[in-house]
Amino acid sequence: MIVRGEDRVLVQGITGKQGTHWTGRMQAYGTQVVAGVNPRKAGTEHCGVPVYASAGEAMRETGFDVSVLFIPPLGVKAAAQDAMEAGCARLVVLTEHVPVQDVMELLAMARANGAAVVGPNTAGLVTPAECFVGFMPAFESDVFRPGRVGVISRSGSLGTLVCLNLVQAGFGQSAFIGIGGDPIVGTTTRDALEMLDADERTDAVVVVGEIGGTMEEDAAEFARGMAKPVVAFIAGAASPPGKKMGHAGAIVMGDKGTYRSKRKALEAARVAVLATPSEVGRALRAALD
Amino acid sequence: MNFEEHAAKPLLQAAGIAIPRGRVARSADEAEAAAAALGVPAMVKAQVPAGKRGKAGGIRRAGDPEAARDAASAILGMEIAGHRVASVLVEEQMQVAAEYYAAVLSDAASKGPLVMFSPEGGMDVEETAASMPDRLGQAPVDILRGFDLDSARALLGGLGVDGDEGPVADTLVALYRAYRDNDAELLEINPLARLADGRLVALDCKFVLDDSGIQRRQELVGRGSPETLTALEARARALGLRYIELDGDIGVLANGAGLTMTTMDVIAHHGGRPANFLEIGGDAYTKARPALELVLDNPRIKCLLVNFCGAFARTDVMTGGLLDAWEALTPTIPVFFSVRGTGSAEAQAMLRERLGVTPCETMDEAIVAAIAAARDAGGSR
Repeated sequence: MIVRGEDRVLVQGITGKQGTHWTGRMQAYGTQVVAGVNPRKAGTEHCGVPVYASAGEAMRETGFDVSVLFIPPLGVKAAAQDAMEAGCARLVVLTEHVPVQDVMELLAMARANGAAVVGPNTAGLVTPAECFVGFMPAFESDVFRPGRVGVISRSGSLGTLVCLNLVQAGFGQSAFIGIGGDPIVGTTTRDALEMLDADERTDAVVVVGEIGGTMEEDAAEFARGMAKPVVAFIAGAASPPGKKMGHAGAIVMGDKGTYRSKRKALEAARVAVLATPSEVGRALRAALD
Repeated sequence: MNFEEHAAKPLLQAAGIAIPRGRVARSADEAEAAAAALGVPAMVKAQVPAGKRGKAGGIRRAGDPEAARDAASAILGMEIAGHRVASVLVEEQMQVAAEYYAAVLSDAASKGPLVMFSPEGGMDVEETAASMPDRLGQAPVDILRGFDLDSARALLGGLGVDGDEGPVADTLVALYRAYRDNDAELLEINPLARLADGRLVALDCKFVLDDSGIQRRQELVGRGSPETLTALEARARALGLRYIELDGDIGVLANGAGLTMTTMDVIAHHGGRPANFLEIGGDAYTKARPALELVLDNPRIKCLLVNFCGAFARTDVMTGGLLDAWEALTPTIPVFFSVRGTGSAEAQAMLRERLGVTPCETMDEAIVAAIAAARDAGGSR
């Protein structure tokens, strides 16, 4: 999913510490936050917007396009269900440590309701100079600048470094899509790649992947047929097998999820795979020439 | 979190799946007593959270209590897949007529549960999938609908379990329920045996609890197998820090899982060897002092690399915490910084003022400098 300036955003969990802080940041950047949800504080105002008891009530009163969840792990499934039942078609789930079976349930609900989900365990989405949803440092001008490169990342910290390197190399971003570090996520690398391929503002894509799972291999299949150039960095080449490297999804089991397998699939699809993120500007320039 | 066989099997029993009678023994004496209490020929099985125990000699038959004592003596203390055997499960031997395979797991490809069944039990499922894929049935489950008897019968059709279809279908439905009730990532029965008298019994069970499910399955945690940790890793775990000890000599402190992994990769790319994975983003920066102590207490470390890229986490806050820790601990090893992103101007000023250090322009520059320092100190070649 891509968020743009015209999207109206609901914040579920707006009154919490993180919800409050990042709602303020999003508003200052230009994101149209229209309402928040907290059943215990319904009827009040927070960060200058009305707080409702449910997403359903928010939909009736103000309407919204995207909901972002600042909700603790065990509350995520119910909050997402509330948003989808309200008719929300786009959800951004930032929370880490949501039980996997809850994730599968909420993604099944999303399929049944025709809703798109980004995350869980994502730092969010950015369209530079327009809006951001989540907790990426969109407001740092040496990290994000309007441009024509789409960035897909499983990691917030590494995605930030790659965006910073892009800006330093003279590029800017059309969209940043943080897909999340969990083993099962709503929007896969391939889904995000398809969106950026179809996006008129995007000329090239940087895929920031990591070991574990097969999302990069699946994305490579799609990249093979793309006209827009794609470059990739895959984290975890030096990670020992069988250990979870910080992200729940970043683990090599047997021969599944290895760096070698991802690199091979991407290179077979003519995607340049970088040895270090500092090469991103040079690789992109070569690919665009 | 992994569970040993003896800790996993009761979950099946609670769901209505039969398991052999048995008892855990931690010594040869206990094994003999357990076999005597069973009163029938026994199996003596090494309890470790790993597969291929049989091939390693960790599963033996014992016709009488004395043989059970001998088997336990041989098995206890063995090392299987890196785990030392500290206990055995002494179970009644079964008269097996056929062996099946059954499992439910959380499948990333279909983003839902996957039920698997094969009439070829007793061998690795990867092997079955590779050598006779048509003998392995797989049913992706709509988690909102669940997995019922009709779904089970549809899965079993054509797999050649004619006489057993009813009871096997019941077992699969029960297995799915146990998977759901226990926040499993994987719940596997291999083999699921049909006995000479027609009963179905789970002869082995593998259970992996979703680590994110632990928060609501506290009752299970005490029965799980703790990961094998080094002393430093155990210390980190107690502090709530994500630390993994590696065999290199360059200490790593970075923020965020992706950036920390990448720091290790780029060290390796330039010919160096990282000494650890340690993520200090999020709220972990408040633990800067114990985190720095952990890194420094690794005897192999020759220098330290600090790689911060501020996003959600502010680099000035992280750097401030680290500088406080550095000033308190006064380490003597060389340290190299790359500090970029949110708060980096303040962080860099702080480093110049308090440590007299100018951070490197890029991560690669800091890493190359750290590798050179490690070499000078007699580290990696």
